[in-house]
Amino acid sequence: MRLAAEIAAARAIAGLSRLVGAGAGMTVPGKLLSKLDPAAIDRLAARLPAGAAAVSATNGKTTTSAMAAEILRPRFRLAHNRSGANLVSGVASTLLSSDGAELGLLEVDEAALPEVLRRVRPRAVLLGNLFRDQLDRYGELELIAERWRQAVAALPAGTAVILNADDPQVGSLGGSVYYGLDDPSVARPSLQHAADSKYCVRCGTPYRYRAAYVGHLGDYRCPSCGHARPALDLSARSIELEGLERAAFDLVAPEGTRRVELALPGLYNVYNALGAAALARALGASLDEIVDGLGRFSAAFGRFERIAVDGKQLVLLLIKNPAGANEAVRTLVEGRPPRVAVVALNDAIADGRDVSWIWDVDFEPLLAGLDRVVAAGSRAAELALRFKYGGLDEGSIEVEADLARALDRGLQLTPDGGELVVLPTYTAMLALQRLLADRGLAKKYWERTA
Amino acid sequence: VSTIRVGHLYPDYLNIYADRGNIAVLARRAAWRGHDLEVTALGMDDAIEPGAHDLYYVGGGQDREQFLVAENLAGKAEALIGAVVEGGAALLAVCGGYQLLGRGYRGFHGEEMPGVGLLPLETVAGERRLIGDVLLETDLGPVAGFENHAGRTRLDEGATPLGRVVSGFGNDGESGFEGCRLGRAIGTYLHGPLLPRNPRLADWLLEQALAHRTGGEAPAFEPLPDDLEARAFEVSAGRARARGGRS
Repeated sequence: MRLAAEIAAARAIAGLSRLVGAGAGMTVPGKLLSKLDPAAIDRLAARLPAGAAAVSATNGKTTTSAMAAEILRPRFRLAHNRSGANLVSGVASTLLSSDGAELGLLEVDEAALPEVLRRVRPRAVLLGNLFRDQLDRYGELELIAERWRQAVAALPAGTAVILNADDPQVGSLGGSVYYGLDDPSVARPSLQHAADSKYCVRCGTPYRYRAAYVGHLGDYRCPSCGHARPALDLSARSIELEGLERAAFDLVAPEGTRRVELALPGLYNVYNALGAAALARALGASLDEIVDGLGRFSAAFGRFERIAVDGKQLVLLLIKNPAGANEAVRTLVEGRPPRVAVVALNDAIADGRDVSWIWDVDFEPLLAGLDRVVAAGSRAAELALRFKYGGLDEGSIEVEADLARALDRGLQLTPDGGELVVLPTYTAMLALQRLLADRGLAKKYWERTA
Repeated sequence: VSTIRVGHLYPDYLNIYADRGNIAVLARRAAWRGHDLEVTALGMDDAIEPGAHDLYYVGGGQDREQFLVAENLAGKAEALIGAVVEGGAALLAVCGGYQLLGRGYRGFHGEEMPGVGLLPLETVAGERRLIGDVLLETDLGPVAGFENHAGRTRLDEGATPLGRVVSGFGNDGESGFEGCRLGRAIGTYLHGPLLPRNPRLADWLLEQALAHRTGGEAPAFEPLPDDLEARAFEVSAGRARARGGRS
């Protein structure tokens, strides 16, 4: 009875917050509900007849959970926080606004994971990766890993714990299913500069990599104590990457092998698809359902987007930390390297106040092909310095903090029929989305259907 | 034209706050003055040779990485002190590297990490991390950066700080001072990274390194235009000022 009244009150607030334009009303009702009754989220989760699944990672959690949703939609009515509201309040709001849902599919912030696991008690947990990200907000990687370790250990027996075996920190958490890449032909020649977990989680000796795929993700072994990547239950082989256009791979499972075609670029999306496949499989999906779902999938809101503007192609790729930005750069350079780019660096709390991470990004391969770059966002000048000391001629760098003017300048510099690459941080991406929506070029995110 | 030889200590372990940005700035600014910068990685198995390097760089690491190198570095204390304090090589140590150059670090749970004892200071972990933009007033002019440290660093009586804190926490959040200077050596918590937006500091380090290289007086570089640097500094300093005093 009490829960019902609280739900009604929180929903009224959601409607109100949407009316006044304060966004999609995603987290306000959840915050209110948590205040009215801190235990409500536990009971809301317990109402889901098919239980819940949680997805967390530094990079790719929004895309991965959206992929899993696409696979699982024919099977379950979902309570899915697809807008990326992934703190405890966002999870609460999602559960609140999903009457009749059968399965909770919850993307969860890395720092919020222990509390969400404790309260929602999901039947399956997918943990993708840990990269250095917003050190001013999350603290050091080790700290998050240790909290994850305790949270996973406290899960009830029988919980499906699905881990990316290619990440030494994640792969050593103790899981029931391990996934990873098994195709050294797409490996990098060496670990990237920003690689994080290079030292054995057991003894501290540097790992040897048979293959390094993305950042420190790969096939590793400690030459001293022998700690190595766990055996893979699910793997991706025969990986094909085609610039910004697509990617494909063989999904190898104990029950068979299927070819997966993705309308998304990059090796990082192979990881996302493989994680989504492993999670969906643990929730009962067949390989055919997985292949169909992944084939239907288009990018999660804003992570990767292609928009036609005045006879030009706008390509938006979110960048938010060194590992993710390196993959964006690699994907761009391996396709048709762009001649003009707008890079937008904001330093709001959601972006990280500390902008030092841009110096850990390997921008150089991108810079080598650029005629002109527009540095934008609240920390445009810092970004311009990054490009200057990265070897770009100062005459090729324009500084325009204002995002609307930077976008217009970028479009102006792009020839007709050409492609403008825009690499924004999180809040810059949201601002650009609003800008494009106001110009009638893209829908507001809460108006989208999938 | 001289070749400035940089010894970069443990770059594989100590690189958390974009330390390579500092190295990139040193390399370009040396090149713009017609000098080469030759950077050598000095890892666990490499010795510190007397006179071999004109500038040493020690970056920041996560706790785990810092612990992994601490003992190794402490074993090279005599050689490093000889090269810097007696030999007159320049040095920049940032964050974790700054702590390691003091006499030692005591963690929050009492764990001890040995230090080099090159800089006259000691560090003890505090409960709360000190995080945010910082603005300093130093002998080399204002310096802006970002700090993120659990350690509270206390300078010995009579030791010289890098600067006075205008906004931010600094060494310990109490003393009103930040960093430490000893001859041609600078230790500081400021990253961001430090040198791109503080080009005067970068040039000073290069001048000191050249003095070591040539055995003569430190040259005084002609200033460069540095318009972008000044803009980035202003934004960073503005963030620190908005944060207010030591809080």
